[in-house]
Amino acid sequence: MSKRGITLYLHVHQPLRVRDYSVFETASNHNYFNDPDPTSDRNNQKVFNKVAEKSYRPMNALLETLLAKHDEFKVSLSITGTFIEQAEQWAPDVIESFQRLVATGRVEIVAETYYHSLAFFYSRTEFEHQVEAHKQKIRELFGVETSVFRNTELAYNDSLAQWADEYGFKGILAEGWDPILDWRSPNFVYQPEGTKNIALLLKNYKLSDDLAFRFSNKAWQEWPLTADKYTEWANASIDEAPLINLFMDYETFGEHQWQETGIFDFFEDFVGRWLKNPDNTFYTVSDAIEINKPVGTLSMPSTVTWADAERDLTAWLGNSMQQEAMGYLYSLEEDILRTNDVELISDWRKLQTSDHAYYMCTKWFTDGDVHAYFSPYESPYDAFLYYMNVIRDLRWRLHETHRTGGLRG
Amino acid sequence: MLGWELPPHNSGGLGVACYHLSKALAQAGASIDFVVPYSAKHENIDFMKIHNATKLSPLDRYGMGAYDSKFAIESQPGSEVKDVKDIRGVQRHYTKYVERLVQREKFDAIHAHDWLTMEAGMRAKELTDAPLIVHVHATEFDRAGGNQGNPIVHEIEYQGLMMADRILAVSEITRQIIINKYGIPADKVEVVHNAIDVESFNDGYEYDQRTYKYLEGLKSEGYTIISTLTRFTIQKGLEYLVRAVAKANSKYDRIALLLAGDGEQRDELIALASELGISDKVFFTGFVRGKQWRDAYSVSDIFVLSSVSEPFGLTALEAAHHNNALILTKQSGVSEVLSSIFRYDFWDIDRLADQIVGIATSESLRDSLKENVSYEYARLSWHDVAATCMGIYKHHSTGVFA
Repeated sequence: MSKRGITLYLHVHQPLRVRDYSVFETASNHNYFNDPDPTSDRNNQKVFNKVAEKSYRPMNALLETLLAKHDEFKVSLSITGTFIEQAEQWAPDVIESFQRLVATGRVEIVAETYYHSLAFFYSRTEFEHQVEAHKQKIRELFGVETSVFRNTELAYNDSLAQWADEYGFKGILAEGWDPILDWRSPNFVYQPEGTKNIALLLKNYKLSDDLAFRFSNKAWQEWPLTADKYTEWANASIDEAPLINLFMDYETFGEHQWQETGIFDFFEDFVGRWLKNPDNTFYTVSDAIEINKPVGTLSMPSTVTWADAERDLTAWLGNSMQQEAMGYLYSLEEDILRTNDVELISDWRKLQTSDHAYYMCTKWFTDGDVHAYFSPYESPYDAFLYYMNVIRDLRWRLHETHRTGGLRG
Repeated sequence: MLGWELPPHNSGGLGVACYHLSKALAQAGASIDFVVPYSAKHENIDFMKIHNATKLSPLDRYGMGAYDSKFAIESQPGSEVKDVKDIRGVQRHYTKYVERLVQREKFDAIHAHDWLTMEAGMRAKELTDAPLIVHVHATEFDRAGGNQGNPIVHEIEYQGLMMADRILAVSEITRQIIINKYGIPADKVEVVHNAIDVESFNDGYEYDQRTYKYLEGLKSEGYTIISTLTRFTIQKGLEYLVRAVAKANSKYDRIALLLAGDGEQRDELIALASELGISDKVFFTGFVRGKQWRDAYSVSDIFVLSSVSEPFGLTALEAAHHNNALILTKQSGVSEVLSSIFRYDFWDIDRLADQIVGIATSESLRDSLKENVSYEYARLSWHDVAATCMGIYKHHSTGVFA
């Protein structure tokens, strides 16, 4: 019998936030992403440097240590194109540390859209382009091929799985959401409905979110969470099952949960405790799929994400502003691509990053629960305002420079 | 309760706030004697006893300085002014009346509104030992548009605030002014935001499209109507608003501005609109009440509260009730209690213009703002304000509070 494994998968991402871009700059200044104000929360360089200091540098150092110390420790990472571009510009040492991790052969890179977009739901050709662009970038930077796919925000449905299967991916990631799983456990490998060769790994959201969301919450009855207690929970969860999929944002370590909360020490401690039991190991996502055969098929006709109590796309596309903004953006696809204007196309793609739509979310805003809402803008309306001015500027560039498209529509 | 005006004899928000606060207090079981400095009938008020401190007509008191520190009274022919030549004279009469009243009857608490009634409040406290609650709707700093203002008024405010057992400020902005500009200990000052009595708007009112027919015509051609409803004084920051509309107009010209109200700055604003070349887009109504007042809100799509310094800003809640998207200055107290709004610094013409164009050119933005703020304003209740006040009366009252 094979060992019981934890599949730890961390998602590394930074968007390019739109600065306070006013209508008076529209049609005259095409710089959307570089906020000159060094104190602004929309200053991407400032944010990147802050998170690099708090999370990327210390966590990569810890991962290196753990890889050196424990032969069986493994981890999978998805790293977005918008992250890589910013790191190359402002923190090349962070790129190098990721390269060292991958060079150990025990760190797998997971495929996704280069721009962390929701293009799958708008344009299949654009979506495929971004998947290919990401593969290419990973190849260049790390010299590896990706073979397991995750979609932005873990947004998943049967047709995505079928697409990934035909595209040649051997695995795909999704949320292990109770209403879908029913009596089934997320701690097994499944086969997506209507596919031939692809396997499905499901996030164990209880154990994942204990770290990602609850770790430092003093109102939580389990606070403070010790490595001992967490190891116990993991043992209880994996009983009779082959694996536990812990999927979360990389920035959980150091950014969402600050160093002061003890998250790094906790993690180091936990890895040691888990591996102390000779029956236990860690899997990369590819290992998990190769070692464990699917126990059955699973169908998710409607889109499931890893966000909110609803586990749907409403945080990104739930209100009319979000739908309008994304609708306008994707409606420009043909005109933009036809121009072959590299900068214009790149700007258009950077605007597809799902975070832009997330910042326009009003779900929690009217409840006054603004703390539940993570945004660099004062309000979702501000986010929408600046974004729409940018859309207008894209139209202007099409109209002025390339004589295509109208200014309205 | 020591106040300076009550509807319909009010010229602004102070009277409205006093009316609704008193009504909610009465419903919470308080028995209220409310003193006003003029003589007039308040046929709509049966929940408290109104005392008329002088025989002046309410028209005289329009010059009595609730909103600016102009001291002279322009008396109406035939009215009884005699020694009440200025507002200080009216205040002396008012204070004397209150002195007689508190010696005649017993009160558990004295609740005084703004500097106008603070001297009377202090005398009442001296004579009776009842706790003095000073309710600050505006300070001299606000009325003077951020400047020092009138030193006599400042001094009266300072004394009143020092003497008060408890101070209620209508916003955190006002609370900070009281602490920082008057040197009052922070723990003595409490924020009690104003509210809106939604019920009072359900009086069978229906929007009449004919009131602002031309504006309706513009709307049918796709125009967005921006409005504000206020006194035209420097405190209200209207010059910035007009400039921002001109700026917005240079990017998107299907907008019009409705300036409802009147005041000393009117001519200046008319000249400014003309100088900026947008006279055909700026509409001046003069002072509005009743149907014209409510229709002004109803015809409007975007309501702007442009104040340089606004302790609260009740008009924003009224505008929200009439289905407006709101843009409020960060210097307005009301922006502390709403989230689904745009905010700007009163001087930031570019930002305001950007926000106007954004709303005017996006239906979804406009609809989202309108709809989401409608859930927020309705939560603000005078009953909550009254409950807070009752708690304070009880806490500070030495005797048994009935």
